Amino acid sequence: MTFHITIDGRPVPVTPGQTIGAALHAAGVRSWRSTRFGGRPRGLFCGIGVCFDCLISVNGRAPERACLVEAAPGDEVTTS
Amino acid sequence: MTYDLVVIGGGPAGVAGALTAAQAGLRVALVDSAMRLGGQYFRHSADPRPAPGLDRFLRLARALDSRADLLLRHQVWSLTRGPDGDLTVHCTAPDRTALPVAARRVLIATGAHDRPLPFPGWDLPGVLTAGGAQALLKGNDVVAGRRIVVAGTGPFLLPVASGLAGAGARVLGVFEANGGLGLARHPLLALGKAGEAAGYAADLVRHRVPYRTRRAVVAAHGEREVEAVTVARLDKDWNVLATRVLECDTVAVGYGFVPQIDLGVQLGCATRHDVDGSPVLAVDAGQRTSVAGVWAAGEPTGVGGWRLSELEGRIAGQVIAADWRAHGGEAGAGAVAGVLLRRRERWRAFGEALQRAYPVQPGWQSWLRDDTLVCRCEEVPLARVREAQSLGATDARSIKLLARPGMGWCQGRICGYAVSCLAGEPPQPPRRPIAQPVTLGALADLTDDPTVQ
Ligand SMILES: Cc1cc2nc3c(=O)[nH]c(=O)nc-3n(C[C@H](O)[C@H](O)[C@H](O)COP(=O)(O)OP(=O)(O)OC[C@H]3O[C@@H](n4cnc5c(N)ncnc54)[C@H](O)[C@@H]3O)c2cc1C
Ligand code: FES
Repeated sequence: MTFHITIDGRPVPVTPGQTIGAALHAAGVRSWRSTRFGGRPRGLFCGIGVCFDCLISVNGRAPERACLVEAAPGDEVTTS
Repeated sequence: MTYDLVVIGGGPAGVAGALTAAQAGLRVALVDSAMRLGGQYFRHSADPRPAPGLDRFLRLARALDSRADLLLRHQVWSLTRGPDGDLTVHCTAPDRTALPVAARRVLIATGAHDRPLPFPGWDLPGVLTAGGAQALLKGNDVVAGRRIVVAGTGPFLLPVASGLAGAGARVLGVFEANGGLGLARHPLLALGKAGEAAGYAADLVRHRVPYRTRRAVVAAHGEREVEAVTVARLDKDWNVLATRVLECDTVAVGYGFVPQIDLGVQLGCATRHDVDGSPVLAVDAGQRTSVAGVWAAGEPTGVGGWRLSELEGRIAGQVIAADWRAHGGEAGAGAVAGVLLRRRERWRAFGEALQRAYPVQPGWQSWLRDDTLVCRCEEVPLARVREAQSLGATDARSIKLLARPGMGWCQGRICGYAVSCLAGEPPQPPRRPIAQPVTLGALADLTDDPTVQ
């Protein structure tokens, strides 16, 4: 039942109904963005759409909050 | 089409309010940014495992689905009133197009979010809010890490630790910064919640999870991710007495909750300070805000757990239905059942007791170093906040203008509480003209909208 999305071309498995952020975190990808000034790594923090740490680009659409967007088969996410 | 009622938020408060009103015959829409109804407590995955109360909630949600229009994955970013007195709930659809929804009445049931406190290394990946770890588990069946430390204050740490341990994580400890009460004298017991408290305590014992009071995570260490934390023993003001280092890959921290009240504040609803100092929407006995046609229920009126949220939602639904009947010329204002009001009083008292039992103490500020980021979005370290203060900024707002904490993406939702503490004042109601990010296209649509002055 699992399907895959890709992050910068690499496959990541998803159980249907998971958010992109949850799938990445579960796959051990815990940061996917760097901050503007310090270049600090960022991934999930609040998990509910409030902190904006988890911003990511989904199928060329940016920025999306990875913790809010349900993953769909074939989604291509890219980091910045 | 103008709805008789638009409910914002699909947690226990919003669903109870919407269903009560829909069953009374009102045309109701409910908007939530999530994929599924549930809110924070009843958050569930596509294939939910059994959880207390969840079956009942899902029955209510199904009943609502057949009686009201559900706009899931829609975010509300603004609430405005037109010249005719009707309200417009401005949403963005999943494809980001703007969708204004017209309403005679609105119920704000937007819940709360975790209140984190900054500490050195808190921005390392692997450090999550306690609610974030819970949301990963409940909504996605993802265990946040393998070796997890749970820390902060309040009884909410218990279900988080017990959930993580039950799902297979090694929980290295629950570190409660307050103390004295212990589990045996827990306020949960005072309200006949002994079973729930005992259940969590038994879970922790079974999974060999130590529960330690007067302890806190005061630093996280690691290069690209968290690899260890410093756990401190605290005095009663939360000053550090002694420390030790604990290796772990994940930290879940939470120091209470921040009620989400931006939409009410935008419309001019009066606020008050709750027991813990949080600004909340002021409501009367019928859950009415100070603005005509606008009700609020659940955590925006004060944090007190999901049962209180649901009760407030039901009461709001009954009062809204009575208001609708009165305006439709039907007889009888339909009083709210007394039993509901009495139960609300009990749960409110419980919520206030919890806030008193688990305050945030000022000593946490001594955990910060000059280079500790206070604001994660704009990367503002403590030193810049102090610099702004030395330049004469005496309140949170002028600190924000000079040093920019709270000016980034999250608009101060995450750092706002900490900045207020650093400024030495209670948090002020948010001044966010826009509650959610929105595209320029959607903004342009707004100015074309005839319902907006
Ligand atoms: C992350 C988190 C996890 C929690 N987990 C637990 C738990 O496991 N156990 C427990 O006892 N308590 C938990 N709590 C406490 C819990 O919030 C409450 O007890 C209960 O869920 C409150 O119900 P509510 O209806 O007031 O709000 P919520 O349940 O928070 O529901 C609010 C809803 O409003 C929606 N919303 C908010 N703003 C907007 C907007 N602008 N546009 C569209 N939709 C919006 C949200 O998506 C959410 O679904 C948690 C709190 C948080 C923040
Ligand atoms: S993790 Fe906070 S917005 Fe996504």
